[in-house]
Amino acid sequence: MNKLKYIPLATAIALVPTLGAAQDAEFASLAQTTFIFNTLLFLIGGFLVFWMAAGFAMLEAGLVRSKNVTTQLTKNMGLFGIAAIMYWLIGYNVMYPGDGNWMMDGVLGTIAPKDIKTDIDAGGYSNASDFFFQLMFCATTASIVSGTLAERVKLWPFLIFVVVLTGLIYPIEASWQWGGGFLSAMGFSDFAGSTLVHAAGGFAALAGVIILGPRIGKYAKDGRVVPMPGSSLPLATLGTFILWMGWFGFNGASQLAMGTLEDVDAVAQIFANTNMAAAAGAVAALILTQVLYRKVDLTMVLNGALAGLVSITAGPLDPTLFGALWIGAVGGVIVVFAVPFLDKLKIDDVVGAIPVHLVAGFWGTLVVPVYTDGTSFVTQIIGFVAIGAFVFISSFIVFSILKAVMGIRVSEEAEIQGLDTTELGMEAYPEFSKG
Amino acid sequence: MKLIIATIKPFKLEEVREALTEAGVRGLMVTEIKGFGAQSGHTEIYRGAEYVVNFVPKVKLELVVADNVADQLVEVISKTAQTGKIGDGKIFVLDVEQAVRVRTGETGEDAI
Repeated sequence: MNKLKYIPLATAIALVPTLGAAQDAEFASLAQTTFIFNTLLFLIGGFLVFWMAAGFAMLEAGLVRSKNVTTQLTKNMGLFGIAAIMYWLIGYNVMYPGDGNWMMDGVLGTIAPKDIKTDIDAGGYSNASDFFFQLMFCATTASIVSGTLAERVKLWPFLIFVVVLTGLIYPIEASWQWGGGFLSAMGFSDFAGSTLVHAAGGFAALAGVIILGPRIGKYAKDGRVVPMPGSSLPLATLGTFILWMGWFGFNGASQLAMGTLEDVDAVAQIFANTNMAAAAGAVAALILTQVLYRKVDLTMVLNGALAGLVSITAGPLDPTLFGALWIGAVGGVIVVFAVPFLDKLKIDDVVGAIPVHLVAGFWGTLVVPVYTDGTSFVTQIIGFVAIGAFVFISSFIVFSILKAVMGIRVSEEAEIQGLDTTELGMEAYPEFSKG
Repeated sequence: MKLIIATIKPFKLEEVREALTEAGVRGLMVTEIKGFGAQSGHTEIYRGAEYVVNFVPKVKLELVVADNVADQLVEVISKTAQTGKIGDGKIFVLDVEQAVRVRTGETGEDAI
């Protein structure tokens, strides 16, 4: 490792004479360099978070039964495309109205597409890079919902819900904090979105699953929970690793700047903390399932890693590595208990999105004041409750309307047969089933 | 002619096939099956919920053989597939009325 340090130096010395001619060439000014690096951070972070869409798709494809895989993948593609369009059409401006453009000050921004052309001299980054980056968070919120409602929700009503979620519900609640709305004025702290993105997605999923009901046969008449093992644990594991990787962009680029030594150091610390929390969440679930069930449950370990990630997302910069470790580990423990607890309530969450994103999201938001100065537990709880209530109630209303107007659940026959053949007429593994 | 149906533990399949080939068997049908017998099921936990696995995976062999070698082949299968632990499987022998080789139209023992 140490050896490598000298190589660039040696190379630089060797190059000095040839660079002489270029000495007079214009060097970028400090301000320009800052602009370039800030923009680069948004773009790199943005495509890492984009890749999380693939992670969700693979995780969900792996955890649903093979008869519903194509439908689940279709929902993931559809929701991402819709999120991208709706965030441009309405969401971005609702979320970031800027001073003087609120329709209701601090609560509701402006509804209209926002121009993302940049006055290059004016800002610290390209507006287009900011739009690109923020859009990915909006899509992530929608991805969380699809996993919970899997295997029984109709395709089109689900996608219509995504239109409302990504165009209005998410941008409104996110504007309260990141758009400079009333929660940020109160001193609420949510660095990269434990509440704004993850718990919000979890609350939308919770509202949906309550209206939708459990899958047929999930809860037996005698109260037993009937497991419905997923079609492919390799895919679910790949999806989890992809999410883990994408999270470096999710948290790291939420530093929002990389033009100074302090900022780039902060990004690096966030990367390290984010990784530590995921690792601790996975190990906690690994050990806990071994102790509780006498055998390790891989699906819980996957959820544990993700819960660790969600837990550190509200404050990934300030904790020490040890802080990230215990915060993430608690997230992993939360999941192992929350999954069977939801089953007791007959809330059938196919992939465990509610324990991972909502419950661990609450934990991550709550724990911020331990390491971050100027924050308080009370304000954290107020912020979480405000966003949770808004997302839950508005989602509940939208799902209720959809249920009344067009129905949100496939027929019993279609559910038993599988959505792939009944909704789409296209199987994920046709050769396997037909020989 | 006799039809021998044998259910065995899946990991024994290759060993049994080798032993049967050595004993002169020229054809064999194999199916992956599930079932229960004395071994019955066992309990597993998935995401915190206990469930019973009622059926155990097995491999089913079917082979049609000449009358005079049937007993010997049953012996071969039985010896090779045996581990002495519960769930080793079962062997059934049935009479076969007719056999036809589709390509040539040969019948009876000539066809097997």
